Amino acid sequence: MERAGLMSEGTTIDADEIERFSRLAQEWWNPAGKFKPLHKFNPVRLDYIREEMATNFARDTMQPKPFAGLSVLDIGCGGGLISEPLARLGATVVGADASETNIEVAKLHAEGSGLAIDYRATTAEDIAEGGETFDVVLALEIVEHVANVDLFLSSCAKMVKPGGLLFVATINRTLKAYGFAIFGAEYVLGWLPKGTHQYSKLVRPQEIARPVEAAGLSMLGETGVVYHPLADEWRLSRDTDVNYMTLSRRPEV
Amino acid sequence: MSETTANRPDDRVDILVAGAGYVGLTTAVAIKQAAPHLTVSIVDAAPDEVWKKDGRASAVAAAAVKMLDQLQIWPSIVGEAQPITEMIVTDSKAADAVRPVFLTFGGEAQPGEPFAHMTPNVALNGALRDRAGELGISIRQGLAVSGITEAVGHVDVRLSDGSTLAARLLVACDGVKSAIRDMAGIRTLYWDYGQSGIVATVGHERPHEGRAEEHFLPSGPFAILPLKGNRSSLVWTEPTREAERLVNADDMVFELELEQRFGHRLGALTVEGPRRAFPLGLTLARDFVKPRVALAGDAAHGIHPIAGQGLNLGFKDAAALAETVVDAERRGLDIGAIDVLEGYQRWRRFDTVQMGVTTDVLNRLFSNDNTVLRMARSFGLSLVDRAPSLKDFFIGQAAGLTKGPSPRLLRGEAI
Repeated sequence: MERAGLMSEGTTIDADEIERFSRLAQEWWNPAGKFKPLHKFNPVRLDYIREEMATNFARDTMQPKPFAGLSVLDIGCGGGLISEPLARLGATVVGADASETNIEVAKLHAEGSGLAIDYRATTAEDIAEGGETFDVVLALEIVEHVANVDLFLSSCAKMVKPGGLLFVATINRTLKAYGFAIFGAEYVLGWLPKGTHQYSKLVRPQEIARPVEAAGLSMLGETGVVYHPLADEWRLSRDTDVNYMTLSRRPEV
Repeated sequence: MSETTANRPDDRVDILVAGAGYVGLTTAVAIKQAAPHLTVSIVDAAPDEVWKKDGRASAVAAAAVKMLDQLQIWPSIVGEAQPITEMIVTDSKAADAVRPVFLTFGGEAQPGEPFAHMTPNVALNGALRDRAGELGISIRQGLAVSGITEAVGHVDVRLSDGSTLAARLLVACDGVKSAIRDMAGIRTLYWDYGQSGIVATVGHERPHEGRAEEHFLPSGPFAILPLKGNRSSLVWTEPTREAERLVNADDMVFELELEQRFGHRLGALTVEGPRRAFPLGLTLARDFVKPRVALAGDAAHGIHPIAGQGLNLGFKDAAALAETVVDAERRGLDIGAIDVLEGYQRWRRFDTVQMGVTTDVLNRLFSNDNTVLRMARSFGLSLVDRAPSLKDFFIGQAAGLTKGPSPRLLRGEAI
């Protein structure tokens, strides 16, 4: 594929973003490395996804492999920080990432962990075009990096089976988000490399709801995720000004 | 986790436990009972059946009894365990005719509950092994870990028979001289007390009525703990050279020395079986975890047995580690990842250091024949006896019922 093709209207890959994450891919699985903030962030979003999935599909999370028989698509899977846990919980997982490097890292790690995960270096649009559908589609910390938010989200929504769920996690476009997530996290704390997030590309909750509802899903709710410095951990919160997650569901036929 | 290696089922486990002592066995049983889909395997360096030769008994605290009950082990031990219903502590010169009792523990941790049970190690270990067998945990004796290499998503473990095993998590319960701790590059802090603990079993004419005694003698603490029948277990601390002399002396000399320290309350004393001396020290690992490796029990902390807490700290490790691992597994997290294991370390390290320091200070304070110091500590402990809240604290410590976040198993709950 030509580089110019990547930037065309019909795709959501932003070439600059891919380059940036590819350079960081080797660090994915080091909890004390460059992705430490993501590792810190991971348990809270994983808990949220697990609880909502258990409720929606009536599964008991105290039982082994509670998500056996459910298919999950993890878009922007990176090194597999969410794909692996869901596979361990029994789900059949497809992990998709536009970066070949990320996919190679993810494959290597899943093999070492004894997990079977279908990792693909591709985009949400390409999978959607193939006609595949899933019980759960995840788009976590990815929508703020794509070139065309509406196209990306309607592709995601299209792949949700009736009765299935779509999770979208991102950063709100507020002054507070600029202060915490860009100035604070990138420039002051150094949690993320400078340039990881651009203010203009941040996404407001209503900008998620519009294309998702247009694709026939109904929004079930949104929840904030807030960092507690004394406990050094992230917790769910009603404050959606900075990091937040949305949950939507395609009604049964 | 055998999806990608279904053709090689024997060389991959979720959890490998090294060391089949009570900590390793309890950790394995606790994990397997709560998460039966995980594969758990145990290797132990000692030849088969060696564990049956341990003639010692251990004080199992009330909280640990709750855990063993929850793990369905206690019912097969209880018949052989002697409840400790009363505990007295004295502080005086050995030659003093009458020793003022300055601290009495009037009975029970909670109404109807002895604060500890003296349990033969063989009964404890045997019951744990039986339960491990029921749960499908394999125990291979005579097999040591000879090397470890961290790999992507697992640790490669080389065993002394030349085979290798891939494990998501390696739990090192291989004792105070843990080889795995060295292989993981974890350094230790060590204090040598220059003392040894003599351990022996004695028979006596009169019944002990469930009473434990701890006498803080100038040479070190001397504890006598009730066993089933007219028998008691002895932990007697002396400077190492003196301890060796006593262990190697003939029975008559040993019994004479014993009576001088113990008195005649229980009538004539006879030593049963072998007596052994264990050098005392405080060994503390600087880290309890590394990626894919967790230390538990004496491998993490070997403490002076003055407060009888070594076993119970080990049980707390087992309960906390099992809970950490099972919780992580239920959340889909990687059970061997360092950020998961650090949760266990944060949970256990404070408690361990606190207990290590407390027993160290107690020992230094009491192993001293200074009259002024003795008066000071008598006075201090008299205050303890009169202040109900402090006394409750000491009893709680002895029973393992500490405040703060206690692992669910030690509260008698399932993980």
